[in-house]
Amino acid sequence: MQPAKDTLAWMYEKMVTSRRFENAIEKIYMEGKSPVFNMADGPIPGEMHLSDGQEPVAVGVCAHLNPEDVVTATHRPHHQAIAKGVDLKKMAAEIFGKATGLSGGRGGHMHIFDADVNFACSGIIAQGMGPAAGAALSRQIQGKPGVAVSFIGEGAANQGAFHEAMNLAAVWKLPMVVVVEDNAWGISVSKEASTAIQRNSDRAAAYGIPGHYIPGNDPMKIYEVAGEAIARARRGEGPTLIEVETYRLAGHFMGDAEGYRPDGEKDGLFEKDPIPAMRAKLLADGNFTEAELDALEDKAQAAVDEAIGFARESADPKPEDALTAVFA
Amino acid sequence: MENERKLTIARAMAEATAQEMRDDPSVFVMGEDIAELGGVFGNTRGLLEEFGKERVRDTPISETGFIGAAVGAAQDGMKPVVELMFVDFFGVCFDAIYNLMAKNTYFSGGNFNVPMVLMTSTGGGYSDAGQHSQCLYGSFAHLPGMKVVSPSNAYDAKGLMTAALRDPNPVIYMYHKGLQGMGWLGTEAGAIVHVPEESYEVEIGKAAIAREGHDVTIVSIAQGVHHGLKAAERLADQGIRAEVVDLRSLVPLDRDTIRASVAKTGRLIVVDEDYHSYGVSGEIIATVTESNMADLKAPPKRIAYPDVPIPFARVLEQHCLPNADKIVAAAREICGAPVPA
Repeated sequence: MQPAKDTLAWMYEKMVTSRRFENAIEKIYMEGKSPVFNMADGPIPGEMHLSDGQEPVAVGVCAHLNPEDVVTATHRPHHQAIAKGVDLKKMAAEIFGKATGLSGGRGGHMHIFDADVNFACSGIIAQGMGPAAGAALSRQIQGKPGVAVSFIGEGAANQGAFHEAMNLAAVWKLPMVVVVEDNAWGISVSKEASTAIQRNSDRAAAYGIPGHYIPGNDPMKIYEVAGEAIARARRGEGPTLIEVETYRLAGHFMGDAEGYRPDGEKDGLFEKDPIPAMRAKLLADGNFTEAELDALEDKAQAAVDEAIGFARESADPKPEDALTAVFA
Repeated sequence: MENERKLTIARAMAEATAQEMRDDPSVFVMGEDIAELGGVFGNTRGLLEEFGKERVRDTPISETGFIGAAVGAAQDGMKPVVELMFVDFFGVCFDAIYNLMAKNTYFSGGNFNVPMVLMTSTGGGYSDAGQHSQCLYGSFAHLPGMKVVSPSNAYDAKGLMTAALRDPNPVIYMYHKGLQGMGWLGTEAGAIVHVPEESYEVEIGKAAIAREGHDVTIVSIAQGVHHGLKAAERLADQGIRAEVVDLRSLVPLDRDTIRASVAKTGRLIVVDEDYHSYGVSGEIIATVTESNMADLKAPPKRIAYPDVPIPFARVLEQHCLPNADKIVAAAREICGAPVPA
């Protein structure tokens, strides 16, 4: 199943939006953090986990989702949020800790929540999976449309929550899809050193559900496999586990010296950067002209510029607002 | 009393849940052994028969999975009631409770609400040792973002459950095993009281004066209230009029009722089956000393579980638990009554 042209355009635009957004965040994050890097300084304090390189997973999956579908994301959520349709301006403002942010600055970059498009996060590894199973259960009990997709990293497959949520989803045949973004590194520990089997998708056998492994960070292949899995969930046939080989072009967090990477690994990664690769493919297939792709990139950049400007110009929350919204 | 309808706490909880399930299709119940068996402690009995397997679900032994799922279902507009069979089991699933359930409302700036009830059994006294006998009131009440209630009798049990089910926030509903009215766990007669058939709420965050008095205030929750009432009865024979405050809720805590009682009596004893240090008893005393120092005629006392794991052997466990004898002795001491020969 190849995506239609408008879907391809959407996928490319969202990948570029995510990359340009993170490029902007990366630059602003370093403001006030040199010559001495102190995470607490600058317009964006705190940890910052960039998803550069992992954009194909987000767009290949979310191309099949509607606003009513549920996504739970991780500590590295920007690409998934953008692909799910989270309000970019409010997300930027949240990352800056501004009053106009999605949560008024209470959550920050690891806690992106947008009820309008059913998007939620947890900064703790694998802990978005239980809530995704619960959202899927909610739809099943109420007979309401919608599937739940839980994005996790490959390191999350070694968490107890992974097993518990997978089993629950399978035993109750929940409309859920779990997407493992295998970027090969759990901070500094390689998948080889942390994980007893080569492919986490093989773990699907333990739950009697389909498991798919997608090599090559290929947005077209991700689109195809995710489409089948999501359609299956919508038909009420239960969950699917998908693992995608992807790449983290940045460190685990900004400030990560990445001394654990073998020499030259990142050079090789940049050669495989999925965004130029997708551009080249779209041109080679003859579906798009240079001008069309340039226009998509311009549109993405304009959205990013608008969001970053909005975040910069927004006011800080009132300090005493820290004491509100604990309870509904 | 004519038309008296005495129920156990277990039956009162089930009745409140059933009444809400009839009115509100978004309420559903899940947990270990809550469907076919009706709950190990009886508080979901009859629900499966009335509402069926879709809304009354036995889960795998998988607390991280199903409590995490409850959070997701609550955020998606449902009202899950989940059971953590023994509060001691929080160790296997606390991330879902305190990092998700309790924080997602705040982290989302109110974008999402998490209306759910987490029922869990507390308490010992029946030689089940330290992984099945704790109260852990303070552990839950300490962490922001969840309401915490615990009834001492069936009337409050029903009303608090109804209120919890109608609350837009997560509520930890702690029920003491010794008060459930399960024959095999002993029976506290004082917990089995008249319960109106119609639905009603007991306000979360409002304490009750379980017995009025003027000489000393005994503050407690759940089974500790019954220890306090028994002690007050004996103290009355000795000329000491004890007031017993039943907190009913730990979060929010009804500090006004505590302070008003101590302002009247000038003396405070906190009875807490949870561990002595860093817990509810300290919080109650701080509540008073922060504002009522001038009211106090004697240093406050606490009768809490010593800072040791709960032992198995009957004599060891009973040595550690609060009881009426300990309360009577403490009350006599701070009231300046002569030590009996």
